[in-house]
Amino acid sequence: MSGDVVVHAHDEPTAVGDVDMTTELGRLVVPDPVFTASGCAAAGREVSAFNDLTALGGVVTKSIQMAARSGRPTPRMAETPSGMLNSIGLQGPGIDSFLSNDLRWLTENKVCAAVSIAGSSVDEYAKLAQRLRGQPVSLVEVNISCPNVEDRGQVFACDVNASAAVIEAVRRATPPTVPVFAKLSPDVTDIVSIARSCVDAGADGLTLINTTLGIVIDTETMRPTLAGITGGLSGPGIRPMAVRCVWQVHAALPEVPIMGVGGIRTGLDALEFVLAGARAVQVGTVIFNDPSAPTRISRELRAALAQRGIPRLRDAVGLAHRPPAPVVPEEPDPPGDEPFVQEPSPRVVTFEDAQ
Amino acid sequence: MNPVQVRGEVLSIKQAGAYFSMTVVASGIAEQTRPGHFVAVAVGDDDGSMLLRRAFSIYQVASRGVYGGTVEFIFAAHGKGTTWLSRRRPHDLVDLVGPLGRPFTLPKEPANCVLVGGGYGSAPLFMLADALRKRGCRVDFVVGAATQDRMFGALDAKRMAASVAFTTDDGSFGEQGRVSDVLPAVIDKAHADVVYACGPMAMLEAVYAVSAAAYNGQGIPTQLAVEESMACGIGVCMTCVLPVIADDGQTRMMRSCVEGPVFPGDRIRWDALGTVPDDALGAAAMTASVEVPQ
Ligand SMILES: Cc1cc2nc3c(=O)[nH]c(=O)nc-3n(C[C@H](O)[C@H](O)[C@H](O)COP(=O)(O)OP(=O)(O)OC[C@H]3O[C@@H](n4cnc5c(N)ncnc54)[C@H](O)[C@@H]3O)c2cc1C
Ligand SMILES: Cc1cc2nc3c(=O)[nH]c(=O)nc-3n(C[C@H](O)[C@H](O)[C@H](O)COP(=O)(O)O)c2cc1C
Ligand code: FES
Repeated sequence: MSGDVVVHAHDEPTAVGDVDMTTELGRLVVPDPVFTASGCAAAGREVSAFNDLTALGGVVTKSIQMAARSGRPTPRMAETPSGMLNSIGLQGPGIDSFLSNDLRWLTENKVCAAVSIAGSSVDEYAKLAQRLRGQPVSLVEVNISCPNVEDRGQVFACDVNASAAVIEAVRRATPPTVPVFAKLSPDVTDIVSIARSCVDAGADGLTLINTTLGIVIDTETMRPTLAGITGGLSGPGIRPMAVRCVWQVHAALPEVPIMGVGGIRTGLDALEFVLAGARAVQVGTVIFNDPSAPTRISRELRAALAQRGIPRLRDAVGLAHRPPAPVVPEEPDPPGDEPFVQEPSPRVVTFEDAQ
Repeated sequence: MNPVQVRGEVLSIKQAGAYFSMTVVASGIAEQTRPGHFVAVAVGDDDGSMLLRRAFSIYQVASRGVYGGTVEFIFAAHGKGTTWLSRRRPHDLVDLVGPLGRPFTLPKEPANCVLVGGGYGSAPLFMLADALRKRGCRVDFVVGAATQDRMFGALDAKRMAASVAFTTDDGSFGEQGRVSDVLPAVIDKAHADVVYACGPMAMLEAVYAVSAAAYNGQGIPTQLAVEESMACGIGVCMTCVLPVIADDGQTRMMRSCVEGPVFPGDRIRWDALGTVPDDALGAAAMTASVEVPQ
C-alpha cells in the first residue's frame, strides 16, 4: 500500500503502453480498472456500440430483484448543476429474465459481469445470491441503498446491523471464488462504521458511493419535479463527496479493495479516486453525456499514470494518504564564472503589537 | 442500424420562424438515417455543467457531397441547453449520437397516408413524405402550430403533398383550431389508409382518437412519434418510459428512445400516461409506501 511506494515524480515519464493497469478486487483480477456503474449502462449491450467492453474492467449491471419491477411514474429525472436527480424505482425484468437474456449476452460477448442485486428483505438478497450460484458472474455487488420492508422502509445502508445482515446472507450464499462487494450510501453519519460492519460480515470489498438524496422543485408548477418527489443525485457535482468517502474508508481499512464511483468524467477524476484509495472506478452518469466515456477515461487514466512516472496502477492506490513530502531547501547554484551580485534586499522590519 | 458518436462541425445555423435549423457534418449518422430517427446532442462545453443530451428529430440528411454526410435538425431555444445550441456558429463543433430510436414503418404496398405535424414535430415528416412518395403512396399533410411563426415546413408540405391543411391556435395562419379539428375531413377526402404524426402528446392523443373513429369506427392504423423527457437517448437510463402494450398483450413501461419514439397509436396506454398502470409488468412489485430512488 502507500507505505512502501516510492514516487519518482521527476523520473523519465513511463511510456503510456507500459503502464500496468491490472487491478485486484478480492479474487477477481481484471486487466483494467474502469467499470460502468450500476444503472448507467443497463447490461452493457447498448454501450457496446461505443466501447469495447472486453477491454474494460467490466460492466456492473442495473440492480436486479427477484420479481419484475415497473419502476416509478414519470418524470423520473431532472438535470442539476453538473449532475442529475433520478428516481427510476429500480425498473427491471426480474432475476429469471436477467439470467437468460442480460447475463447470457455478457457471457457470450466475454464481458466481465459484475452483477448488482437489490432486495427488500435480507431473505430476498439471499435468494438472489442463490440464484446467481453457478452462473458466470465475476463479482456480486450488493446495492444496500434499498428500503427494508421488514423495518418500516428503513434503508439497509443506513444501519450497521441491517447492512451486516444482508452482506452475511449474500456472502454465505455466494461461492468463495466470487467476490462480494457492498455498495454504500453516502447518506450516513459515519460511513466508516458501515464499511467496517460490512467487511466484518464478509464483504470482500466496497463500492463507494451510491447516489445521495435530493429534491428539485419546479418553480412553474411549484411542485417537486420528480413524480417520486425525492431522487438520487449523481454526476460530477457529487464527486468530492465520493472522494471523501473513499478517503475515509481507505484510511480506516487500507487492505479492503474499494471501487470508487461518483461523478467521474475524465482520467484525472479517476486518478483522484485511485489516489484516495480506490483500486477500480466506475463511470455512471457521465455515460449519458458521453457514451464512449469509459473507454476514454481508461485511456486518460493510463496516460496520467504514465506522465507521473507510475508504472503500475496499484502503486498509485491510496498514494494521496502519504505524508506531505518534507520541504527540501533548494541547493544554491554552484559558483560559476559570473561575478556574484548581491541582490538588493529589504531590511527586516519588526512591528509593535496591535492594540 | 448502429448508432455512432460523431463530433462534427456546424455547417450552418439559421433562424426559421420561432425555430433554429442546424446542419452538422456527421458522416456515419447521415448514411444510416431513416425517417423518424433522432439525434442526441451534447450541450455545453466538455467540462460544462449540463450533462444530459438533448434529443432532436432528424429533419434532413445529405449523405454525400463535399462535406461528407450532413444532418439537419430543427429546434426551439427554450431551456438552457437549447439556448446554448442556438448560439453555436459555423465551424463550432457539436457532439451528436445517432441515428437513434425506432423509425416510422412504411406500408409495403402503395397506400394513402396522412401526415400530421404539430410545431417542430413536423420536422421528421418530410423525409417520411419523400420515402412514402417513392413507394407510390399518396401523401396529404396537416400542419399545425400555436402561431404562424411556430409552423414549420409549410412550403415543403405544399411542394410534396396532394393537399395541405394548416391550422393555428390563434388563426394567424390557415384555419383557426387544432389539427384534430380538420383531420376527419382530410382522412375522408384522401381515403386515408394510415395516419403518421409527430407533435406534443396531447395532439397525438387527439390524432389517435380521430383515426380510431374514422370510417364509422372501423379506424385506421397510426404511427405516432412521442416525446418523453430523455437523459441518455441510447436506452440505458430508463427515464424516458411510457406505458405501452407489448406484442404479448402485456403493458410494459417501455423506453421511448429505443423501443420508440414511434409507436402504433393503439399500443399506447392513453388512459395511463404519466402513471404506471396497475396491470403493467412489475407494477405489483412496487410498494407505494417505501421510497426507492434509481
Ligand atoms: C425523440 C425526440 C425528438 C425531439 N425532437 C425535437 C425537435 O425536432 N425539435 C425540438 O425543438 N425539440 C425536440 N425534442 C424536444 C427536445 O429534446 C427538448 O425540447 C430539449 O431537450 C429541451 O432542452 P432544453 O435545454 O431546452 O431544456 P431543459 O429543461 O434545460 O432540459 C433539461 C433536460 O430535460 C430534457 N428535456 C426537457 N424537455 C424535454 C422534452 N420536451 N423532450 C425531451 N427531453 C426533454 C432534456 O433533454 C434535458 O435532459 C424532441 C424530444 C424527443 C424525445
Ligand atoms: C439513472 C441512474 C440509475 C442508477 N441505478 C442504480 C442501481 O440500479 N443500482 C445502484 O447500485 N446504483 C444505481 N445508480 C447509482 C450509480 O451506480 C452511481 O453509484 C452514482 O450515480 C454515482 O456515480 P455517478 O456520479 O458516476 O453517476 C444509478 C444512477 C443513475 C444516475
Ligand atoms: S433516454 Fe435513457 S433509456 Fe431512454
